[in-house]
Amino acid sequence: MKSSVIIFPGSNCDRDMDVALKKHGYKNKMVWHDDIDLPKCDLVVLPGGFSYGDYLRCGSIAGKSKIIKSVIEFANSGGLVLGICNGFQILTETGLLPGVLQQNKYLNFICKNVHVKVNNKENSYFKNIKKEILELHIAHNEGNYFCTKDELEVIKNNNQIALTYCNTEGSDEEEFNPNGALNNIAGLFNKNKNVLGMMPHPERMIDKYLSGNDGSIFFENLIKNYI
Amino acid sequence: MEVNEQIAIDHGLKIEEYKKIKELLKRNPNLTELAIFSAMWNEHCSYKSSRKHLKNLFTKGEKVIQGPGENAGVIDIGDEDAIVFKIESHNHPSFIEPYQGAATGVGGIMRDVFTMGARPIANLNSIHFGSTQHKKTKNLLRGVVKGIGGYGNCIGVPTIAGQTNFDDSYNGNILVNAMTLGLVNKNKIFYSKAAGLNKPVIYVGSKTGRDGIHGASMASAIFDDKIEEKKPTVQVGDPFTEKLLLEACLELMKEDSIISIQDMGAAGLTSSSVEMASKGKLGIELDLSKVPCREEKMTPYEIMLSESQERMLIILENGKEEKAKEIFDKWNLDFAVIGKTTDTQNLELLFNQEKVAEIPIDYLAENAPMYDRKWKKSKLPQKIDYPKDLFKSLKLESCLTKIISNPNICDKQWIWEQYDHTVMGDTIQKPGGDAGVVRVHGTNKAVAASVDSSAVYCYAHPLTGGKQVVCESWRNLISVGSQPVAITNCLNFGNPEKEKNMGEFVECVNGISEAAKFLNFPVVSGNVSFYNETKDKGIKPTPSIGGVGILNDYKNMLTMDLKKEGNLILVIGKTEGHLDQSIFSRIILLEKKGPPPEVNLFNEKNNGETILKLLDKKLIISCHDISVGGIIIALSKMCIKGNKGVKINSQIKLLNKFNYFFAEDQGRYIIEIENNNFAMVKKVLEENSVHFDELGVVDGNKLTFKDELNISIQDLNKKYKSWLKNYMIS
Repeated sequence: MKSSVIIFPGSNCDRDMDVALKKHGYKNKMVWHDDIDLPKCDLVVLPGGFSYGDYLRCGSIAGKSKIIKSVIEFANSGGLVLGICNGFQILTETGLLPGVLQQNKYLNFICKNVHVKVNNKENSYFKNIKKEILELHIAHNEGNYFCTKDELEVIKNNNQIALTYCNTEGSDEEEFNPNGALNNIAGLFNKNKNVLGMMPHPERMIDKYLSGNDGSIFFENLIKNYI
Repeated sequence: MEVNEQIAIDHGLKIEEYKKIKELLKRNPNLTELAIFSAMWNEHCSYKSSRKHLKNLFTKGEKVIQGPGENAGVIDIGDEDAIVFKIESHNHPSFIEPYQGAATGVGGIMRDVFTMGARPIANLNSIHFGSTQHKKTKNLLRGVVKGIGGYGNCIGVPTIAGQTNFDDSYNGNILVNAMTLGLVNKNKIFYSKAAGLNKPVIYVGSKTGRDGIHGASMASAIFDDKIEEKKPTVQVGDPFTEKLLLEACLELMKEDSIISIQDMGAAGLTSSSVEMASKGKLGIELDLSKVPCREEKMTPYEIMLSESQERMLIILENGKEEKAKEIFDKWNLDFAVIGKTTDTQNLELLFNQEKVAEIPIDYLAENAPMYDRKWKKSKLPQKIDYPKDLFKSLKLESCLTKIISNPNICDKQWIWEQYDHTVMGDTIQKPGGDAGVVRVHGTNKAVAASVDSSAVYCYAHPLTGGKQVVCESWRNLISVGSQPVAITNCLNFGNPEKEKNMGEFVECVNGISEAAKFLNFPVVSGNVSFYNETKDKGIKPTPSIGGVGILNDYKNMLTMDLKKEGNLILVIGKTEGHLDQSIFSRIILLEKKGPPPEVNLFNEKNNGETILKLLDKKLIISCHDISVGGIIIALSKMCIKGNKGVKINSQIKLLNKFNYFFAEDQGRYIIEIENNNFAMVKKVLEENSVHFDELGVVDGNKLTFKDELNISIQDLNKKYKSWLKNYMIS
């Protein structure tokens, strides 16, 4: 499976993502934000970080960058686009995903392990995934997902909620919500389920010596579904 | 404007220093020249009160590639790899403006590290605040933590460890010490020494603004009621630009075009250009009209003194300008050729085709004043004789819960959760352990780092305190299974013009040096922060020690969390029962006098090395050093982290249970071992003449000792974790 990781000025999880993809068998290329065309690939990843300093709003300038037109075209033609953390914020800025990511409920940056529940397995990302509750890692200041009532209605009707914050048993009560996200949303699909935005960082969880290795389950599953 | 004595004083110079400037120049300096002298001769840049004593530090070792005197120290960690690291203070600005002060402290230290060609791989910090009752403390803490996180998180360098303390003596002077470690190929280290004539001097990074003018002078002054007026001297950080600067510099460093490079830190363009020229015994000519400025009509005076952040000065090989400019253009950063190296040995400044300053470099650097300040030796205080019945009314369990929820002991998760500690994907020991550990990317090696200070001990007896804090750093590194290699020190003290404060400095430095030498744990970098004093009240002497250790195989790393029911718990090292200056004495017995615990360097080294021998034989399951709070606090933390209880051996030979459990004797560890390895462990310990106690067994979910202690780990955890969180939301 060929992947492309976009580097924006201020991206800081680009290398981590490159390492994670290659470790799980993806043929990955790094793509500079000023490029106009995407290399031929099956998956585009918008990595975490602070693209363009996150000035104005998180992800807003990246949402207007040169490469992003090609990313939008790629997504609209059915290509897989994965946005992690700042990448999720960028996807909402481009309109590929509905809603916004606001500042965390308690106004602090949060870096810790969380549990998330896979809500929809009918897609390339989570089909046949061997664990439905994953322990992943979050590190963000703006992960508090919000959208209008009408948008939420559409999201629910289309089964677009990908991941929700929960406890080890999968209970998604408000107390297990780290950042105040609406309906505990940690990850979200577009209508066609080819675009996925998520706040947790699977690329930081690929080795038992790190915070854990449930991130590997995610990457292994995606490439397996592709083949 | 004609320069006179009053203007010199307003620039922080002493009258004698102004006279010396006139003598050296054989004329009156103009205002720009005076400002340059004041920037170079202040305490912060010239180390004029400390230089004499810093020469005594132990700085050599077979693994030292670069000791003090460069942007940062460098150590060899095997193969082609080297670690560049340094700690630096940003105390004064952080008190005036906590967010920006702390943020630019982190930015500055990272620049020191990547200036040498290293990619930063870990950040640490040591922060000290006033009493938790003081009205400013909460806001300062919140601002500093946000500032440290705001900068480090954005750059994408994990903050892997730190230390937070509260004490009345910091009410008017908080301390913010930031440390960075970087990884570099040892054959590709960049230095600040200029070389060669007529080489282009390049300015890169952000534009120069009017922020931070006189920052270094502010950092060399004591505070009074008017500190709020100094807010404009605090620099404003832009981590996004720094991230671009980092990537651009590392990209340029892959080419063979840089002769020398220096970041513009304290005293900005002045100190960077003077230092590069001085080290290379060259002159330097700068055309200030070519400096990229953020604001209109900036004068040479302002350009030379600005402390705008995220700027670098580079001396390039001739003919490499265009290629270099391409890289900085790609990253959208300013790039300007602003001067050249010369053989005049002078700093020459031009502005609009006019010469605006000319000063021999030597006058600014080598001939800067050096003072042999008077200092007073401290006596070792008398030991306290505690009356026996003082302990009678005390209950072990309530003492434990009171201490574990004390601000200086309790869990600091509220702080480190706001720092990205996992970015870069190599953090294998997070904050909250004895030391942070990151892997050397793509290898089996890992680097451990810790930052420590013990102001209470240093205040009671500076010589002992100085030794102790080095030992504590050493012990923390051993506790995660690393071989300690070298340290960096940040020396935070009061007013050096006072004999008592100067004495504290001299004796702490001597203590640090003595311990560093004995442990073969050299000092490779550091900085001095004097004048931490507000309205005549100085801080407790607070040297912060940043230690770095190496693990050849990261899979051998140790953690403190208890692992398995039935395992044995041993105390390594002898408990003498020293309570003076312990947290137990201070908050339970309300006794603040007496000497700090004695430091026995032989035992310290022997005990630490024996722990590493046990680790080599794979006999240790968990390990934690014993420090503030003594055995019972160390053990409690191991229980909490592992969510497991311990039954303390009721047969254990106690002096007096309070002395045994709360004493802060040095050179001790608690280890967890497998039951059936006991004989082997005992043999190793005996062969190395290391004293040990059989403290207890991992058992259930309670910490118990006879009928005197019976507390669930859950309750203990609540006491440990809730204090800081509740304080910050109340």
